[in-house]
Amino acid sequence: MKLRAVAALGLTAALALTACGGDATEEATNAETTAAAEETSAAADESSAAAEETAAGSDLSGELAGMGSSAMRVAQDAWTAAFMAENPGVTVSYAAEGSGAGREGIQNGSVQFAGSDRAFRVDENQAGAFASCAADSHVLNLPVYISPIAVIFNLEGVESLNMDAATVAGVFKGDIAKWNDPAIAALNEGVELPDEFITIVHRADDSGTTENFTDYLSQAAPEVWDAEADGMWPYEGGQPAPQTDGVKNAVASGQGTIGYVDASAADGVGIVSIGSEGNFFAPEPEAAAAAVEASPMVEGTPENDLALELDRQSTEGYPISLVAYAIACQNYEDQATADLVKGYLTFISSEAGQSLAAEQAGSAALSAGLRDQVAASIESINA
Amino acid sequence: MSTETPPADLQREGSDSTTEKVLARDKKRYGDALFNGISVSSALMIFVILAAVATFLTSQAIPAVTREPDHTGLQGVEAAGGFWQWVLPLAFGTVWSAVLAMAMAVPISIGIALYLSHYAPRRVARTFGYIIDLLAAIPSVVFGLWGVMVLAPALDPFYRWLNDNLSWIYFFNAWVPYGDGGDLRPNLAAGGQNMLTAALVLALMVVPIITALAREVFLQTPRLHEEASLALGATRWEMIRQTVLPFGTPGVISASMLGLGRALGETMAVAMILPGKVLISFKLITFDNPNTIAAYIAQNFPEAEGMGNHQLIAAGLVLFIITLAVNMVARAIINSRREFSGAN
Repeated sequence: MKLRAVAALGLTAALALTACGGDATEEATNAETTAAAEETSAAADESSAAAEETAAGSDLSGELAGMGSSAMRVAQDAWTAAFMAENPGVTVSYAAEGSGAGREGIQNGSVQFAGSDRAFRVDENQAGAFASCAADSHVLNLPVYISPIAVIFNLEGVESLNMDAATVAGVFKGDIAKWNDPAIAALNEGVELPDEFITIVHRADDSGTTENFTDYLSQAAPEVWDAEADGMWPYEGGQPAPQTDGVKNAVASGQGTIGYVDASAADGVGIVSIGSEGNFFAPEPEAAAAAVEASPMVEGTPENDLALELDRQSTEGYPISLVAYAIACQNYEDQATADLVKGYLTFISSEAGQSLAAEQAGSAALSAGLRDQVAASIESINA
Repeated sequence: MSTETPPADLQREGSDSTTEKVLARDKKRYGDALFNGISVSSALMIFVILAAVATFLTSQAIPAVTREPDHTGLQGVEAAGGFWQWVLPLAFGTVWSAVLAMAMAVPISIGIALYLSHYAPRRVARTFGYIIDLLAAIPSVVFGLWGVMVLAPALDPFYRWLNDNLSWIYFFNAWVPYGDGGDLRPNLAAGGQNMLTAALVLALMVVPIITALAREVFLQTPRLHEEASLALGATRWEMIRQTVLPFGTPGVISASMLGLGRALGETMAVAMILPGKVLISFKLITFDNPNTIAAYIAQNFPEAEGMGNHQLIAAGLVLFIITLAVNMVARAIINSRREFSGAN
C-alpha cells in the first residue's frame, strides 16, 4: 500500500515536471521565434526593395525541403525560423547533412533546393539532370553565404600578425619552423617575435574549411604549396584535431600554435591578417565580402548562374573565405513550388536575411553589388 | 531453516495443513521451473547476442576485404594504400594505448585495493570504497572533456620539460628533422594532447574497476593463511606477499582483463584527447600518434558511406577479435594459475 502510494506520488510529480518542462521550452522557442521575426521585420523596414519582396511573400503556403552543407546549418536554421514566422502558411526545412548529400538530393528529387559549399560544375549542370526540376531545366548556383576563414595562433604577447600567402604556405607546410623566422619578421616590423617553434594544427576530418584553405594556399602560393585543394589535410606534419572546436581548443591551449578556423570561432586567440606588402586584411566580414564580389564568375555557365571563381590573390579584400551556394532549379514543375523557392531565396539573400545570418552564424553579409545580382537571378526562377 | 520448524499455524491445523504444505511445495516447484527457465534463457541470450553481433560484423566487413575499394571508400584507407595497411596501425594504436593504461593502472589499483583491504581503518576503507565506485560512474565523455580541457593543458609544461631534458629516452623524444638542412624541430603535441595524456585518462577510467574487484578478492584471503604467516613472524607486508598476493593473483588478472576490455573499447575519451593518425609510433608526447579503432570509427562514421561503412565495420570486427583474444588468453592464464596458487 505504502509503496504504491509513494510510486503514485512520484509518477504524478514526474508528470507535472514533464508538463512544466514542456511548457517552458515551448515558451522559450516561441519567444525566440518572435524575437527573430521582430528583428527581421525591423531590419526589413529599413531596406526598401527587400522588404517589399518579403512582405509580398506572406500569402505563400506549402512545404519546402532543403538539404546540404553543414557549414550553413546555423544560418539556415535562423532563416527558416524567421521565414516561417513571416509566412505562417509555409513550412521550410533544411537538413544539414553535408554538401554532397544536398547536391545528390536535388539530383534525385528528394529536395527542392540544396545548400553546398561548392557549386555544380559546368559539366555537371546539364539540363534534365535534376529530378527536382522541370524536365529540361538546369540549376542555378547562388552564392548566399560567405564565411571568412581565420588563420589563428597563440603566441604570448602577440595579438595580430601580418602574413602574405607564401609565408602562410611556408608555415603550414613546415618549411618555416620558428616564429622569429626572417620571412615572418620582415612583414611584422616592431613586433617582438619569440625564438619559439611553430606547432601546426589542422582539421582531422574532411571539411569545407580545409578545402577552401588549401585552395587558397595552392592558388596564391603555388611555388610553396605543391598540393592540390582538398578537404583532407594533404601533408604529413601537424597536429590533427576534430572539428572547428578541436582546432580552436588545440591552438588556444598550446604554445606557439597556429591553425585555421571559421572566423566566427576565432575569439580569444591571435589572428593573422592576410595580404601583401602594405595591404593586409583581417578576416572582417566586409573585407571578405569585398574579395568575393571582386571575384570573376565561372565561365561557360548558363545564364543567371552565379558560380564564382574565387579570387584567392585578391588585393581588394580578405581572400580566404568559404562561399556556400543555395542551389535551386531554373524551372520547376509547378508554379507553387517556384514561388515558394523564390520567396525563400529572396528572403535569405536580402539585406535582412544576410544580417540575420551575420548575427546568428557570424558570416559575412553579401555586398550590395552581389546581392543585386543574386536577386536578379532569383527573379528568373519560374515554372 | 524453515523446513525444520513448520510455522505454528500448520502444526495446529493437523491434516489440512499437510495438503496445504504439498500445495505450497508444488507452487514452489512451479516457481523454480520458471526461474530456471528465465536464468537459462538469460544465459543463452548472451550467446545469441554474441552470435548476432559476430554475424553482423562479419557479413558487413567482408566487402571491405574482398572487393576493390571504390570512390565511396574512406580516404584514410586510400592514403594508407590498402585495408590491411590501414587497419594494422589502428589495431596497434588500440593495443598500445590500452597497454600503457594498464601499465599505469594495475600497480596503482593493487596498491589501493591492498590499502583498503589490509591497511586502512574500516571506516576510512568504506568511505574510500564509495569514492572509488563514484569514479567508476563518471561518463567517459566527462573524462574526455576533463582530459582535453584541464589535464592536458596542465601537463603541457611537463611534456615540454621532458622533451628538453629527457629526449635521450626514446619515448620522450619529439625532435624531427625538417626542410633540407637536416635541422630539428619538435613535433610536440599542442596543449598536451598526446598518447601519454590519453593513456593516463584511460588508466583513471579503469582504476576503479580493477580496484573494486581486487579488493573483494584480497578480502577473501583465508584468515588462517594470514594468521599462520603472521605467527611465523612475518611483517604485514611479508604476510601480504606470502598469502594475499598469491591467493589474489587470478582474481587480479581477471579484474585487469575487465579493465583492459574497457581500455581497448574506450571511444569518447580517446577520440576527444588524442590527435590520431594512421601510423605506428611508440613515442608518447608527439602529435604523431596512432589512432585507436574505436575512436577512429566514432570520428569517421558520421561522414562515411558505401564502402567506407564496410571498412569501418571491418575495423570494428578487428577490435572484436582483439578483445576476444585478450579475454581467452586471460582465461587460460587464470586456469593455469589456479592449480598452483595455493588457494582453495
